[in-house]
Amino acid sequence: MSAQPSTTPTRRRNRFARVPLLVWVFLLVPFVVELFWVFWPAANSFSLALTRWDGIGLAEPVGLQNFRDLAADPIFLTALRNNVIWVLGFGGLSVVGGLVLAVTLNKPGPLVGLYRSAIYLPMVVSLAVSGLFWRVMYAPEGPINGTLGLLGLESLERQWLADPAVALWAVLIAAVWRQVGYIMVLYLAGLKGTDGTLEEAAAVDGANAWQRFWRIVMPQLRGVNTVVFAVTVIDSLRTFDIVWAMTRGGPYNETQLLSTYMFQQAFTTGNLGYASAIAVVIFALAIGFIITYLARQARTED
Amino acid sequence: MSALAPPATTGAPTAAGTRPAARRRRPRPARSPWLHVAMVPVTLLWLSPIVFVLFVAVRSYDDIAGRGLGALPASFSLDGFATALTEGGVLRSLGNSALVTACAVVLSLALSSFAAYALSRFDIPGRRTILLTMLAGNLLPPQILLVPVASITDAVGIADTLTALVIVQVGFGIGFYTFVLHGFMRGLPGEVFEAARLDGAGPGGIFWRIVLPLSRPSLAALAALATTWIFNDLIWAMTVLRSEAKFPITAALLNLQGGFASAWNVVAAGSLIAAVPTAIVFFLFQKQFVSGLLVGANK
Repeated sequence: MSAQPSTTPTRRRNRFARVPLLVWVFLLVPFVVELFWVFWPAANSFSLALTRWDGIGLAEPVGLQNFRDLAADPIFLTALRNNVIWVLGFGGLSVVGGLVLAVTLNKPGPLVGLYRSAIYLPMVVSLAVSGLFWRVMYAPEGPINGTLGLLGLESLERQWLADPAVALWAVLIAAVWRQVGYIMVLYLAGLKGTDGTLEEAAAVDGANAWQRFWRIVMPQLRGVNTVVFAVTVIDSLRTFDIVWAMTRGGPYNETQLLSTYMFQQAFTTGNLGYASAIAVVIFALAIGFIITYLARQARTED
Repeated sequence: MSALAPPATTGAPTAAGTRPAARRRRPRPARSPWLHVAMVPVTLLWLSPIVFVLFVAVRSYDDIAGRGLGALPASFSLDGFATALTEGGVLRSLGNSALVTACAVVLSLALSSFAAYALSRFDIPGRRTILLTMLAGNLLPPQILLVPVASITDAVGIADTLTALVIVQVGFGIGFYTFVLHGFMRGLPGEVFEAARLDGAGPGGIFWRIVLPLSRPSLAALAALATTWIFNDLIWAMTVLRSEAKFPITAALLNLQGGFASAWNVVAAGSLIAAVPTAIVFFLFQKQFVSGLLVGANK
């Protein structure tokens, strides 16, 4: 299946010579670009995390002090808690929503294409713009409060983005609105790959729809589940734009996520060492899921 | 899905083997109306934010101020759009976004198709490790790169330029695009290469005359995806750029929101304008877009 000039066993040092020079250039240029703009900065973040640096003078090495400070920093702890809520809430709601919609819209039929397009349309809107859309929705005089008023639920009306008790969830709903379509697309593809005859056989044997789904369909979606799980967690830890657009982490840091707090520390406050330490924490939380995803991709490469 | 079919089928021969016959003849009972009973409200609810923003955008300032943001439109005015485009700087920032997106998409796809070609068609030592390393770079949380990237752009002398933004987007994206293109190119039939080689084509000629044309479907899928990603980016723009005149649309909109805080029609109009280019890409290339999203998820 490959075009390599064929199969005589060669010694390792000959392999370098057998690849034409031009091909080495083809490989090395992109690789070096990525090395310089991704891996080198990433490595730098680790060393910066051990310093105190305002970006102007010299970085002053402080060992693990930044991490000790983080452990005692109430805003960091809020951000960490919020990120856990975010992974569970944002991840849970968009996975359940995406899966339910995928199963509902799996079979073709009249209007089904239209429903699908409507659900994944928000995906083309950037996270920042989604945030602005939802600022309009959540405005004190906006449509959400207006609708609640019309329904006679005035007691539920509130300043959604300014109320510390609900602001995080208000932002989270906006993010879910945009994510569900993506998850639905992934599951629709997964469902396409399932074997319909198994389900029919089970139906003949008298299994109801619920049992068929959990016993027959779900086990076949294991691959998609892994990808969805890894993607969701990685996305959750990256989430920045929508929070920044809607609340900048406020009110009173109640919607602060690790990413927004890191950005604030770096570019608003100018504590670059401290910000790098937060970035290292984000990395540490993400790395397990990155490896999960990579391992899966490596397997499909074989 | 179809656009990236080769890697999918080579990757999952078992699924492909049992499937097609089974899918065709599956008899289905007539659909119940309950699907529509459930889905019509869900769909309307899903579209409601977009519809409401549209309502707000076409109302006049006085209408919104007088009757509240939640009211249905009683006026029609394009003032919001006009103000956003001119005073709000949306037009200028759209230009910046278009420039950055076009350059970054072309450059990243060019570089990653080079790398993918080298990795997929040549016996490069350690190629699997190289490939996965490149993909891993794209999976890193951007936060771990922000501070050093900002200082590197300073050191190289391209701080606060669109060039820097393009380079950063290219560097961060390459790994993923290379991975996807590698999967595709690996599935291209070997006979074509054999024939070209016999005709005396070198590696460069084979790339240009055979690999690139054959890879068009997956390049299109990636282009659709990369366009929306880069156009929609906020965090890299905020990291690399300082002066407002250079902001792409996402960053400019957040400023607009600060400057026109009470003029909801302007903010709404600006947000809609920002969504239009990616919506066009989406509707023109819906198939490629969806197949792009599936990359990395196919079993």
